[in-house]
Amino acid sequence: MANEKETIPGTLITLVIGITVTAVSIWYGQNNNLLPEQVSQQAPLVDDLFNIMVVIGTALFLVVEGAIVFTLIKFRHRPGDETDSQPVTGNFSLEIFWTAIPAFIVIGLGIYSVQVYNQMGGFDTGGNMAHHGHAPVQVASLPGSNGPLLAQGGDITYGLGANAEMGVRPADLTVDVAGMQYAWIFTYPDSGIISGELHVPIGQDVKLNLEAKDVLHAFWLPQFRIKQDVIPGQQTQLRFVATKTGTYPIVCAELCGSYHGGMRSQIIVHSPEDYQAWLEANTVAQAPGSEQTLATLTDSDRLAAFTHEFGMDHVGPTIAAHTHL
Amino acid sequence: MAQAQLPLQSPPPQEHTGHAHPEQWSWYHYFLYNTDHKVIGIQYLVTAFFFYLVAGVMALFMRAELATPDPDLLSPDVYNTLLTNHGTLMIFFWIVPAAIGGFGNYLVPLMIGAKDMAFPNLNAIAFWLNPISAVCLGISFLYGGAQAGWTSYPPLSIVTSPNGQSFWILSIALIGTSSILGALNFLVTIYKLKTPDMNWDELPLFCWAMVATSFLALFSTPVLAIGLIMLLFDINFGTGFFRPEMGGDVVVYQHLFWFYSHPAVYLMILPIFGVMSEIISTHARKPIFGYRAIAYSSLAICVVGLFVWVHHMFTSGTPPWMRMFFTISTLIVAVPTGVKIFGWVATLWGGKIRFTSPMLFAVGLLAMFVFGGLSGVTLGAAPFDLHVHDTYYVVAHFHYVLFGGSVFGLYAGIYHWFPKMTGRMYNETLGRIHFVLTFIGTNLTFLPMHSLGMQGMPRRVALYDPQFEFLNKVCTYGSILLGISVLPFLVNMIWSWSQGAPAGRNPWRSLTLEWQTSSPPAIENFDEEPIVWAGPYDYGIDTQSFEPDDPTVAEILAEVGQEMK
Ligand code: HEM
Ligand SMILES: [Cu+2]
Ligand SMILES: [Cu+2]
Repeated sequence: MANEKETIPGTLITLVIGITVTAVSIWYGQNNNLLPEQVSQQAPLVDDLFNIMVVIGTALFLVVEGAIVFTLIKFRHRPGDETDSQPVTGNFSLEIFWTAIPAFIVIGLGIYSVQVYNQMGGFDTGGNMAHHGHAPVQVASLPGSNGPLLAQGGDITYGLGANAEMGVRPADLTVDVAGMQYAWIFTYPDSGIISGELHVPIGQDVKLNLEAKDVLHAFWLPQFRIKQDVIPGQQTQLRFVATKTGTYPIVCAELCGSYHGGMRSQIIVHSPEDYQAWLEANTVAQAPGSEQTLATLTDSDRLAAFTHEFGMDHVGPTIAAHTHL
Repeated sequence: MAQAQLPLQSPPPQEHTGHAHPEQWSWYHYFLYNTDHKVIGIQYLVTAFFFYLVAGVMALFMRAELATPDPDLLSPDVYNTLLTNHGTLMIFFWIVPAAIGGFGNYLVPLMIGAKDMAFPNLNAIAFWLNPISAVCLGISFLYGGAQAGWTSYPPLSIVTSPNGQSFWILSIALIGTSSILGALNFLVTIYKLKTPDMNWDELPLFCWAMVATSFLALFSTPVLAIGLIMLLFDINFGTGFFRPEMGGDVVVYQHLFWFYSHPAVYLMILPIFGVMSEIISTHARKPIFGYRAIAYSSLAICVVGLFVWVHHMFTSGTPPWMRMFFTISTLIVAVPTGVKIFGWVATLWGGKIRFTSPMLFAVGLLAMFVFGGLSGVTLGAAPFDLHVHDTYYVVAHFHYVLFGGSVFGLYAGIYHWFPKMTGRMYNETLGRIHFVLTFIGTNLTFLPMHSLGMQGMPRRVALYDPQFEFLNKVCTYGSILLGISVLPFLVNMIWSWSQGAPAGRNPWRSLTLEWQTSSPPAIENFDEEPIVWAGPYDYGIDTQSFEPDDPTVAEILAEVGQEMK
């Protein structure tokens, strides 16, 4: 470019810089510690994708920022010099080079993303067949053909479903999740348990059917790296396998009103025995007249039981106002 | 009227008696309806800057609230009102009008050697829609203000503060109309009024950027208007487009909104890219590297940018094919963006870089935009975006590109063209202090937000998990620094405007046409039809063609020499 004399030390320096940048980038890609604990099968997939992007990003960052800092020092204006610079107006092969490199990178990232998304259950392989008794619509639909864009709930469930490995097998545990200003309610259809916290067994294939009672919410499990908007009038779902016992946050990630920030809960991943114990304790506790209770409780009644846990008793009226849907 | 018939070969300046208006505008002309594109440009810049200050104060209140995890300073409703209107003002009342309305209007006619915009009256009307729109926004506050975020997703926007929301919609619809009118005007102006001896490949890159911007605005803004009007009807007139209980579909709103608002993010950066090309080339005294690549990449961004909007909706009601299609299109849009960045670095390489305030801000922009672009690529990958969507990671990304990018670019442009607009030099020392404070403040405020988002802090919250307190405190301190950083700028502008040293017509010895006329330019820009005697970036090429008989060149050199000391 700038007609610097290309001496051997020059190429040597380039080589050393190249190796250093590569080494630093790879190291940082593995050791950035930017993401929290991994608690689902999807988490390592997402993190690997992210870490690859960190490697590439760090390398590009170092090269470009390094070039900027270098030029600022090397090519700064010297006092008294009022002449113009060497008029270099372009360099075709260089421009092709720096168009092609990013193009290859992003195409590679694109392919890798599709793969990760598939492994996460994003294509819900067979999921719809298992649950709705017909072919997986959303994979086949193209824009224009009564496309999913205009789909009115019903057949199509958005979100993460079964991956290829799970196939058409139904999930081990299904939980119905209702999002409302400003709480999550978890209903276990198999046992009739209703809870303000999500309890799941480790290593089991869990499916969440997400439903919004009032406005948009988003169900986010940061340690599981999964999120799905909860949409009034449309079905959404998440499916995951927890890989570590413990208690982790559930966060609402879509602005849903004044106390959106307080719309937090917890997911408790149990060992199989603990989960059994929890199940029994709660089934017994809720057993007497549980059907009746279920039928007569309104959403706000159910919610009332949990609001105080969040220190949000004062949100009562708002909830009542918006649960008419 | 600015289009008054004038003899083509104007007499020498001192004999300008045939003009229908004064030689220079007086201060009060800037407060009135005026069709001169330069007056309008300055009107846009100053009003936009005022809204920037208002929105900035809102941000400071929000950061103060977020210094602690509990919602203890503001009531959460007020927090959401601030949040919504901070975003609204910054986007619709500051960056878009300052970049497009301000610099676009001021510079485009000058750069192409025209007397004014093609439709001066339309132009003035477009400007005056801004204050009217601001009044609507003001009225919305009387009703509690819009509280559903600048995105205003239903159903929340339907059920929360309906009157505030309605006036918010009116306000945005008006200002959207303003930008449609502006876009039309720019396209016609550049196409029709470009001085005949300027070839298309001699068009300054800022004008190319305005072409791309205007196409984008023209295609996408009406779609936003449709979405907002449907929302207005849902709120007030009982329709149910977005009311699920009436069979409406809330996700359709999101498509309509983002079909506009993704391009809108480019509306906020493409003109800035144009500003960058002008400044970097001039202050490095080197031709822009890859003129064509930079011009075409603007157009490429504009075309591809129309097909990426669903990347804001990866977690919404979107089917898998859509998430994947838009992952790929989004990643592709990073390529033309990268081409520009590399082009600017290559322009700097081998230049003679002056660390003037405009150049400092331009280089600061370059440094931060690289980072924002890289985080943008990570967001484009849907599997990762599922994790960080609607978190502080996204907040960090868009502040790197919007504050580190657009706002830095606006500052760079203001410093660069201040001598042209006012005829006076700004104070370089204050400008540099301003730069240093802003650069540190921006990184201190927005860098930690990446980590917050990835660790689990959602955006748009007034209360948060106490584990995030430390980093939030850091962000708050950064924002205080940013607040302080505005002071040297304000002092500099106000003082220099009246007291600064006279700048002369071309203090940067720049080659674009706006510098070949007086500072500030005469009312119809050029005393005689300007002659394009060099390409816009022909630094170091053909320097003899600096018309040797022009007495002002020697003057300029002397002046510049003094100022550099
Ligand atoms: C390399 C180029 C870029 C890419 C690939 C990119 C990608 C993205 C993606 C995927 C999102 C959605 C994140 C989410 O909500 O989950 C996003 C958000 C955003 N981006 Fe960028 N971006 C780029 C450059 C820019 C530029 C140049 C601007 C404006 C100057 C910008 C402004 C924004 C804004 C304002 C949002 C957030 C909108 C909101 O949700 O409120 N981005 N970007
Ligand atoms: Cu929420
Ligand atoms: Cu976008």
